[in-house]
Amino acid sequence: MTTDKTGPSASRRQFLTGAAAIGAGTVAATVARAAEPDPLITEVQSWASSFGDGVDATPYGLPIKFEDDVIRRNVEWLTADTISSINFTPIHALDGTITPAGCAFERHHSGAIELSKDDYRLMINGLVETPMVFTYADLERFPRENHVYFLECAANTGMEWAGAQLNGAQFTHGMIHNMEYSGIPVRTLLNEAGWSGEVEGKWLYVEGADASSNGRSIPLEKALDDCLVAIKANGEALRKEHGYPARLVVPGWEGNMWVKWIRRMEIMDGPVESREETSKYTDTLADGTSRKWTWVMDAKSVVTSPSPQAPITHGHGPVVITGMAWTGHGKITRVDVSKDGGKTWETARLAADSGDKALVRFYLDTEWNGEEWFLQSRAMDETGYVQPTKAQLREVRGLNSIYHNNCIQTWWVKPNGEAENVEVS
Amino acid sequence: MSKSLKLYGGTLLGTAAVLTLAVNFADRNIATFPENPHRVSALATPAPEPAAAGVLVGAATAATADADARLGLGRAALPEEVAAWNMDVSPDGTGLPDGSGDVATGESVFEENCAVCHGSFAEGVDNWPKLAGGDGTLADDDPLKTVGSYWPHLSTVWDYVHRSMPFGNAQTLTPDDVYAITAYILYSNDLVDDEFVLSKDNFASFEMPNAGGFIVDDRAETEYPQWRTEPCMENCKESVEITMRATVLDVTPDHGGDDAAAAAEEAAAPAPEAAAEVAAAPEAAPAEAPQEAVEVAAAGEVDAALAAEGEKVFRKCKACHQVGDGATNRTGPLLNGIVGREIGAVDGFKYSSTLEGMSGVWDSDALHGFLANPRGYAKGTKMAFAGLKKPEDIDAVVEYLKTFP
Repeated sequence: MTTDKTGPSASRRQFLTGAAAIGAGTVAATVARAAEPDPLITEVQSWASSFGDGVDATPYGLPIKFEDDVIRRNVEWLTADTISSINFTPIHALDGTITPAGCAFERHHSGAIELSKDDYRLMINGLVETPMVFTYADLERFPRENHVYFLECAANTGMEWAGAQLNGAQFTHGMIHNMEYSGIPVRTLLNEAGWSGEVEGKWLYVEGADASSNGRSIPLEKALDDCLVAIKANGEALRKEHGYPARLVVPGWEGNMWVKWIRRMEIMDGPVESREETSKYTDTLADGTSRKWTWVMDAKSVVTSPSPQAPITHGHGPVVITGMAWTGHGKITRVDVSKDGGKTWETARLAADSGDKALVRFYLDTEWNGEEWFLQSRAMDETGYVQPTKAQLREVRGLNSIYHNNCIQTWWVKPNGEAENVEVS
Repeated sequence: MSKSLKLYGGTLLGTAAVLTLAVNFADRNIATFPENPHRVSALATPAPEPAAAGVLVGAATAATADADARLGLGRAALPEEVAAWNMDVSPDGTGLPDGSGDVATGESVFEENCAVCHGSFAEGVDNWPKLAGGDGTLADDDPLKTVGSYWPHLSTVWDYVHRSMPFGNAQTLTPDDVYAITAYILYSNDLVDDEFVLSKDNFASFEMPNAGGFIVDDRAETEYPQWRTEPCMENCKESVEITMRATVLDVTPDHGGDDAAAAAEEAAAPAPEAAAEVAAAPEAAPAEAPQEAVEVAAAGEVDAALAAEGEKVFRKCKACHQVGDGATNRTGPLLNGIVGREIGAVDGFKYSSTLEGMSGVWDSDALHGFLANPRGYAKGTKMAFAGLKKPEDIDAVVEYLKTFP
């Protein structure tokens, strides 16, 4: 796809200028009758007469131009520049569960580096029998596994602690993606270096090859349990921006720990207490004390459509409410949807059984006849945890937590089909 | 640079408010090893040579192969290689190389490498991280998290500066530079005096102010029990009212282009960005000190010893203020004859409207008030300096300034 250089497409402009048009003539539960024959049917169209592109027109395909507004977007005022910054997945325009790599959000601390497979090295050192070095070619020779996992930045929804602020699911909930990873269990790699078998009190420090040298300390138990060094995502090589040629996968835990361009793993007697696990990614409570080691992403969900960037434009009658849910504690068991701001709830349909620490898609197939909705979704996971309201979170944490905001989101769907991010009592 | 996201939240009033949001040693890798390493038990040879790889692979492909079996892939890392990459420093100082650095050296190294983003006083420029100040603000509505106010371990500063800074030119600082920068950051936070020298030897003994400010994730106790309940399905609340709307703030980007720029402007507007003021302060043309002021100041006696102390304190001021022969207005006005001079009276310096509008002279009381808390004393001042915490430092610097009548 060529990114939009000519300006915002009409459809996006419409909702932002408050001109979401309600299609005329469609009435619920009746078959609409056309007044005039549709020329798209009665007249021979160019695509029905002449050729389209031949094969090889695009050796690596990109989305068709009509989808050129389904892109990652940045909120410029969040960060000082784009080198150490974040952008957001257009979740409002996606369906299913797998996030296409090309629009999966990016978070860099020193930019997305170009590190070739030939130049890639992975070191294992610390409390091991033999410090080891692996090449990329070595990695490909280890037995590997495939798993689908979500990756959510701990700061996702972090701008909403003090109130409704960003008007779009992409911006409130877009620091997330969900991919199928092919990777080598960290356990397998550590075994190759020889570790003591002692787990308790031991940590695995992991760091990236980029200039930020992003490093995090992970309890060895977790690293051995389900962490992977991924070499593929969604069947293809990792994208540059997602850590090519190899990144760490830390299922269910905050995205900052999923170190990209991973170059080193060190078994240690304690955590390093690096910048990213002390000054950042710690959650300050109302009394000024801060939680640390808040790694797990709790159960969360959001309606992706309708939503501010995905207004209802088709008129009254059948409408599909859809969204996604996930939990770092395992599987989502149920998602409820409320249209009235949480007074009453109905249970949504899960498109498929939830995977472990993976996104699940939910649908509520319903009707809308121009009434005002306060749309909410509420996820439940296999531990019995119910996604909390923002009020519940604030009661425990105050307003300055920044991270781990997994509150129930409200979209105000208006009679004209527009939707807005609001907070309700 | 900002490795951080600055996370904004709207206040309940609907206005945007800023919620402001690493030499090392092979010896640490040669740990005493248990006699019976875990996965070695699967193999006869504890450290297979590459030549043995074929045999090992054969064993591992058997359907019942021990999942923990070694495949003989990769190679042993050389000590030089481990030393090159294993740079992390732990809270107890493990991993620190030999070296040391003092505050004064740190100031110049900082000015050269760090100040462009973090400001000369570590106060932060624009959206770049503030490294100093914020003491006692963690429980406030708008906490200021800096090295001094928030970071629990000094090792983190050293480790991060060494491995990840300067932004865009990482891993170029020598260990001594890093010790010096770390010392200067502590000084900027009023945590050490200007004589302080940081070294590998005294490193571990330094305790950060907020060392005790962290608790381990307690969600399993404070949150999960109350949120693992059967959820309400009907009549869950009496009424539903909108309490806040995102469009009131209007900080949402459209395509990340023009609209986002406008939003940024708006969002940034309420933020008291002192650094921006510094940037805005013009470097005015040289100006002569008013003669009358000289006469007033010259009237006082000067305590030479105290003035000497003050000269050291004045190092904090020198980045913006000049004194002595040939002194000119810089980021701040020249300070010859400041003691006893009328407030906001140096020719050719563009003061803030605040100082412009203040009457009176810079006598001892006024200088003490202003230097202790510049922006508290003169709200709106362009001076982006956090202030001198110790009254004796102010006494000293005032005495020093008296020597420039």
